[in-house]
Amino acid sequence: MRYHRPHLDRLTHLLLLLGVIVFGLPLWLALTASTHSAGDLQSGIAPLWFGSEGLANYWQLLSQPIAGLGVSALRLLGNSLVMALGIAIGKIAISLLAAYAIVFFRFPCRTLCFWLIFITLMLPVEVRIVPTYGVVARFGLIDTYAGMILPLIASATATFLLRQSFMSLPQELFEAARLDGAGPLRFLKDFVLPLSKTNLAALFVIMFIYGWNQYLWPLLAANSPEHATAVISLKNLVQSTDTLPPWQLATAMAVMTVLPPVAVIIAMQRFFVRGLTDTEK
Amino acid sequence: MRLHHLFCYAALATLSLSSSAQAATTITWWHAMEGVLGEKVNEIADEFNASQDEYVVKPVYKGSYSDNLTATIAAFRANQAPAITQVFEVGTATMMNARGAIYPIHQLMEETDTPFDPDAFLPAVKSYYTSSDGQMLSMPFNSSTPVLYYNKDAFRKAGIETPPATWKAVGEAAHKLVESGASECGLTTAWPSWTQLENFSAIDDLPFATHANGFDGTDARLVFDKQEATVAHIQNLAEWQKSHAFEYGGRADSGTKRFQSGRCAMLTTSSASRAGIQEAAKGKFTFGIAPLPYDAKAVNQPRNSIIGGASLWVMRGHSDDVYRGVAKFLNFLSSPAIQADWASFTGYVPITTAAYQRLKSQGFYADNPGASVAIDQLTRGTPDDNGRGVRLGNMPQIRNIIAEQLEKAFNGDEPAAEALHEAARRGNQELAQFQQSVAH
Amino acid sequence: MTTFERHRFTPWLLLAPQLAIVAVFFFWPAAESLRQAFYVQDAFGLGERFVGLANFQRVMASAEYWQAMGVTALFSVLVAVGAMGLALLLAVLADRVMHGARLYRILLTWPYAIAPAVAGLLWMFMFDPVLGVLTHALAGFGIHWDAQLNPGQALLLVVIASIWQQMSYNFVFFLAGLQMIPASLLEAAAIDGASPFRRFVGITLPLLSPTAFFLLVMNSVYVLFETFATIDNTTLGGPGGATRTLVYKLYEDGFVARDLGSSSAQSVLLMVLVGALTFVQFRYLERRVQY
Repeated sequence: MRYHRPHLDRLTHLLLLLGVIVFGLPLWLALTASTHSAGDLQSGIAPLWFGSEGLANYWQLLSQPIAGLGVSALRLLGNSLVMALGIAIGKIAISLLAAYAIVFFRFPCRTLCFWLIFITLMLPVEVRIVPTYGVVARFGLIDTYAGMILPLIASATATFLLRQSFMSLPQELFEAARLDGAGPLRFLKDFVLPLSKTNLAALFVIMFIYGWNQYLWPLLAANSPEHATAVISLKNLVQSTDTLPPWQLATAMAVMTVLPPVAVIIAMQRFFVRGLTDTEK
Repeated sequence: MRLHHLFCYAALATLSLSSSAQAATTITWWHAMEGVLGEKVNEIADEFNASQDEYVVKPVYKGSYSDNLTATIAAFRANQAPAITQVFEVGTATMMNARGAIYPIHQLMEETDTPFDPDAFLPAVKSYYTSSDGQMLSMPFNSSTPVLYYNKDAFRKAGIETPPATWKAVGEAAHKLVESGASECGLTTAWPSWTQLENFSAIDDLPFATHANGFDGTDARLVFDKQEATVAHIQNLAEWQKSHAFEYGGRADSGTKRFQSGRCAMLTTSSASRAGIQEAAKGKFTFGIAPLPYDAKAVNQPRNSIIGGASLWVMRGHSDDVYRGVAKFLNFLSSPAIQADWASFTGYVPITTAAYQRLKSQGFYADNPGASVAIDQLTRGTPDDNGRGVRLGNMPQIRNIIAEQLEKAFNGDEPAAEALHEAARRGNQELAQFQQSVAH
Repeated sequence: MTTFERHRFTPWLLLAPQLAIVAVFFFWPAAESLRQAFYVQDAFGLGERFVGLANFQRVMASAEYWQAMGVTALFSVLVAVGAMGLALLLAVLADRVMHGARLYRILLTWPYAIAPAVAGLLWMFMFDPVLGVLTHALAGFGIHWDAQLNPGQALLLVVIASIWQQMSYNFVFFLAGLQMIPASLLEAAAIDGASPFRRFVGITLPLLSPTAFFLLVMNSVYVLFETFATIDNTTLGGPGGATRTLVYKLYEDGFVARDLGSSSAQSVLLMVLVGALTFVQFRYLERRVQY
């Protein structure tokens, strides 16, 4: 039992609330600005409260092609979704199979294979960005979803985590499966997967956010608006040539861009915390 | 699995791209014209496609100039280059020295028996895209030049009658504007290297780099830091910065915002920004356009300014049939009707004398005061070694370096002389590297 | 662990997808980087020349490379101190409250979901020269905010945006760390008459130090790689290179200057740096496992 003093409790809450407000402020201002008209935002100070436009700016972005990009926000968000899901599911799928092979089979070069995969932890795509672009271009995959996704799943974070999680499964499980006459695929499907559900969900949350928020790679790999993602479209919106930045649209786009990953974090808070603390161990 | 679907999708996309070339020959044209300009590009292509049925021109928007150049280079390396690509003026040296990658326009026209007269283009435009042996290598398309925009309301408030013609007058006007409270800031600029160094040098007949600013070979080196007038000009801007008579507005065109919002009363930027500025100023203030100022201490008469914008390059790796279509299309593109329409719509200058005459006789310049400033400024006199343009390798990076060093001068970290000297030194390293990379 | 014995091809089949992707999209580009670092090549790949270590010498001799190194280091320190300090404070507070702990945790962790690019954009909006709320607030104190020209302010802008985004990451770890500290330990100290402050310094901090060290490394990795997007959406590395990190320079040289030799050499140097960081982290993790 800890010692609680009422005035100290009140101070704690006060400071925490202050933290919540300070950290919420940027998004709050984006939210309010996005409900104003272009005219409201061209002079004076960014408004702290909602304006007259309601959701009109959002509707404009979603229903019409964005000037300078030629596609609507719906398309951009759709591209982000394809990329985030592609990365999350793709990475988990290949890592699951690889980790399963490394843990439950004995074969020559097993350790070498593990290290070959493991070494990818050291070099994020940013470091090898120029030659990666060259390789993807050689396959004609620039400006395709596959080209946007594949280089980003060439990393071992998920393999590493799943390997550890498989190794901690009880030995009896394997014996039970063998008594059952289960082959490798049935053992994976009926025993390993059900027991790894939490880990897989946690991995999914982290990888989804990672994929959704990618910047440098899609900037290069998706060089037409048809494949641009929500995150990279924001720069186009703000840096429109020879016009004042349409902040009412840029902030609306920013709000729509952060909504899906924030929703995932809030809805899957438990898996998020688990995923974060696990993937980094 | 999802990945499998993605592969299928990618494969399908590739198939559908290649199968459209059935009846007519497809000519891909990658460009960087966004928004309304992009729509105009589509319109031009549609018009050409409707005028004949042998070829179909397919314009593809590829993002910014830099994005498009990156995409073009990568596509070339992967043997998938477009037939035509639009490259900004600072990429000219890069393209020109990629001998095996480009199909020079004069050669294309000759080999396809297409009539082509380089002298039809304005001298300032033609010289920019002509090699040292007098051959035109790429097709001019959208050209602009920097001019001075000024806020007429603020000028009236400060009691200034006419827009300043010299930099000295700019300084006086800027201080007067700020001191009288007519505006918070006097002058700002977009594209700092292009307006304050490259065009300053051309107009005041000073060398920016050796060997005719790089026109006569890749061994050119930057010398703007050795010109007294250039250094003094930057030093003046740095002094003015302290009192807000000048406000540095950032790289590329972000300085334009400070003029559009009414904060700064003068702006030096591209003539092609006229439409955008008009749009933003509507209902807020009236503005005028004047020639880019000159330095009366350096020259008696201001010389021609130099162009910015982009030209169209033809890439190697396509069939003769495609090239016949390309020649036909480029010929169509430079016709007076198309060019006059394009120039009046966009604010770019007409690139051929015939298009200019056509606009003039249509009364375009009488109806749009200020629109003629750019073309008058470009065509005064004959371009000499300091006025043909700037053709240096790695120029996009050199512009970054210059902007970086200007920032150091403007925020008072370094005196102008030192900042420019360092800019030239670092720029020259880029030039040496470029020279080395293309010498094989 | 017992394993499947009589399957010779199954493991290879299972490994094939990951090995193939890693080989093509990791090892091939990495090897290419290594090779190109010793060549000078034109942008179109029409020709190349072996130059030995010249690219490395060029990089090492350039003042901008060392400036970028310095910027990255300073940036890392500021983000680590700011984000970890705030996170620790808020985690200690959140660990204390009895009511609403779950809600506070959600309200303080959601910024993790914000893309660094968006974080940069939102803070740039607040510091906009014309309509920024903070620009006007600062003007009230007589401070002229101009991140386009003032190097200190530009760095501050990207640091603040990064701290905002990175605090929640640190918060999750500190809170988890605090919750793992046995309550009995603190109670015993309290019975011995140690003040809350003494308990914090004497017990909590030492037990959190492994977490803090781990976070220090992670924050550096974050600044190295993730802040590219923040910078590209705000300061573009300026003014005067004041916010150009190692990765931003690598990108500029590779994609703006198209100087493949130099950017590949920088890739290799960065590989060495990240390798060293990873090594340090694993050495430390090994030790922690033994505890």
